[in-house]
Amino acid sequence: MRTYTATVTVRLKSGVLDPEAETTKGALQRLGFELSALRAADQYELDLEADNEAAARERVEEMAERLLANPTIHDYEIAVAEAETAT
Amino acid sequence: MTVAVIQFGGSNCDRDAVRALNYLDIDAERVWHEDELPADTTGIMLPGGFSYGDYLRAGAMAARSPIMDDVRAAAEAGTPVLGVCNGAQVGSESGLTGGAFTTNKSARFQCEHVYLRVENAETPWTDAFEQGDVIEIPIAHGEGRFEITDERYTELEANDQILFRYCDAEGNLTEEANPNGSTGNVAGILGERDSVAVLMPHPERSTLPDIGGTDGQGILTGFRG
Repeated sequence: MRTYTATVTVRLKSGVLDPEAETTKGALQRLGFELSALRAADQYELDLEADNEAAARERVEEMAERLLANPTIHDYEIAVAEAETAT
Repeated sequence: MTVAVIQFGGSNCDRDAVRALNYLDIDAERVWHEDELPADTTGIMLPGGFSYGDYLRAGAMAARSPIMDDVRAAAEAGTPVLGVCNGAQVGSESGLTGGAFTTNKSARFQCEHVYLRVENAETPWTDAFEQGDVIEIPIAHGEGRFEITDERYTELEANDQILFRYCDAEGNLTEEANPNGSTGNVAGILGERDSVAVLMPHPERSTLPDIGGTDGQGILTGFRG
């Protein structure tokens, strides 16, 4: 078994209104910054033990499907990396 | 026979729901989500509140609570199920109904009276009304904006699964009358069966005459069967 860290990024699908991001963008503009768009996303980092990277990814995909993301409004991305082991 | 009002950690409209149902001579009791549904359950209400502190997404955690497997099974067997506010979010997250309820367009929590137009009066929840009737019910939510894919929205409309839409006092579906930016002004929808429904407004808060309007009575009487 190896230790992996999976990073799950959950964001609203393109075209779904994000009022919190709009509010944040407005606040930045009030501070005088110039920007044309702001997108927000939630990111989860999971440490897990698995036989290999594919097995780790498969398990994390199921977590994203069943809880972390809502497929009606969200897209998600998963990145898996082997954790650096302390020696 | 009893209506099981499921109490999750963070539910806060469960007592109001029981009291409103009892006022309508409908037997009801609170059932903790870690317990089992009573054997004589004839209806299930998912009440409002902030289950699990709205962590992750409103309703997401409660929707994965073990009792929801029993609620889904009961719903498929024809038991009436009504989700209100957080209960609507739980119902949506659990797949009892389609779409999703997410952050209000205003990005604010909104607590106000709204008008609803009855879109489908051929359901247990709207049997007391006529199609096109305008009723007044309060909302209290921060994540009530109904979102759904275009394809699924078309299906909802085609299958008469839209129960209520936000409207003005005359029944017009305007942007101003849409408190949270919901797709199609949708305030409440049906599941696959018309015995399963969710809505963001609170019928239990407009049932007891002493605290205001009584337009919610006609919705809750859906539990009489």
